[in-house]
Amino acid sequence: MTDEIRQIINDHGRLPIDVGTLAPDTDLYQAGMSSHASVNVMLALEDHFDIEFPDHMLTASVFESIASIETAVSALRSEATLS
Amino acid sequence: MTVSVDRGQTFIDAVRHIADEVAARNADEVDREARFPSETLEALRAEGALSALVPTELGGGGLGLETIAAGCFELGRRCGSSAMVFAMHQIQVATIVRHLDDAPWFEDYLRRVADEQRLIASVTSEVGTGGDMSRSIAAVTPLDGERASFEKKAPTVSYGAHADDLFVTLRRSPEAEPGDQVVAIVHGGQTELEATSTWDPLGMRGTCSPGYVVRATLTPEQILPTPFPKIMTESMVPISHILWSQLWLGIATDAFDRARAFVRAAARQKPGETPPAAQRLSHLMSELSLLRAEVSSALGEFVAISDEPGRERLATMASALRFNNLKIAASEQAPRVCQGALGVCGIVGYKNDTPFSVGRHLRDTMSACLMIANERIHQTNASLLLIAKDV
Repeated sequence: MTDEIRQIINDHGRLPIDVGTLAPDTDLYQAGMSSHASVNVMLALEDHFDIEFPDHMLTASVFESIASIETAVSALRSEATLS
Repeated sequence: MTVSVDRGQTFIDAVRHIADEVAARNADEVDREARFPSETLEALRAEGALSALVPTELGGGGLGLETIAAGCFELGRRCGSSAMVFAMHQIQVATIVRHLDDAPWFEDYLRRVADEQRLIASVTSEVGTGGDMSRSIAAVTPLDGERASFEKKAPTVSYGAHADDLFVTLRRSPEAEPGDQVVAIVHGGQTELEATSTWDPLGMRGTCSPGYVVRATLTPEQILPTPFPKIMTESMVPISHILWSQLWLGIATDAFDRARAFVRAAARQKPGETPPAAQRLSHLMSELSLLRAEVSSALGEFVAISDEPGRERLATMASALRFNNLKIAASEQAPRVCQGALGVCGIVGYKNDTPFSVGRHLRDTMSACLMIANERIHQTNASLLLIAKDV
């Protein structure tokens, strides 16, 4: 899943640096992701993984790194499988 | 009988007294000459009002945001510029209080704000960022050893020449991305202000807000530990919108009161007849009610979610949309009420020297949609609406 998330950030995050060089816990906002670009990343994640981020997860802290995004996406997917 | 003293109410009464006795008397001159409302600020200092939000253990008033909001409203009724200076200072203080994270330098700093009633101006906008506060060009640049410096070109710095300290947004380092921002407090003695423009605007003339190049040196402990994006979302943006909208409501309320006084005077001249302007006043009252409802409900919601542990709801998009909409709605509705008051009063409202003059009110509230341009806020909201669910 990490590779898919990296690809989405690469396509939509408009980072000034190569996404491949990012550590899982690199702060994406500090790395140059604007809040506008982060909305596009969220939309692409929802589309790709067929999930919907509820409002309480739509915060900067959930989208601040590859690792935090992976945690959130995994949580939503396992919820979807259970229901 | 026991008498319980509500400290908040005592403070509001004191600010109302300053508004009535000091701000109101100087308002026309402040406006005409585009001069700083020094008398009002001196009276507020004497009341300890500049540290009203500082916790009591640091020597401040320990009062809540509702009390400060009421102060903005009271000052707004008498002098829009005085109210804006008061509001902007309190936004800076509230931000520091909420985000100092026990940093010793900032605790000492707040003690000094309380002891010396220091006035804080903000340098958040920057030439070259297109009005986007979430990006900076100027950077904290290391000098010799511990010290650092910066040079920031600001298109407007409200009351910059009258402030004791500046609240400045900067990139974290010369290598940092534009969005990787921090907030620093610099003292007047560390700072050089070079004016780059004059100040002869339509309204809010007493805020004295020309452009400056700001150059300063500082030490690392003068930088708030919390990153600016978090500060902006949880405090700076919503509190700005809340306190600004309170003072715009104050200005609009005084315009309405003047229109009402005009209608009453007309009614007294012809007892038994309802003057034609009375019906327009009724229309105006419903416009004012809408403004009042939006402004007061937003304050209540903000105070409630600020009290929740972790303030997590303030980080959501729904919350960003809520307080952005407050700013858009209040900044459009306040001048509408003032223009309605002008319609009620007619020529005596249009003239600048009658008890029913509302020109200053109209001009002052016309600045509201430009303070963070409404179209920029709509742009942000449009993007958030693509993804937010429960709005």
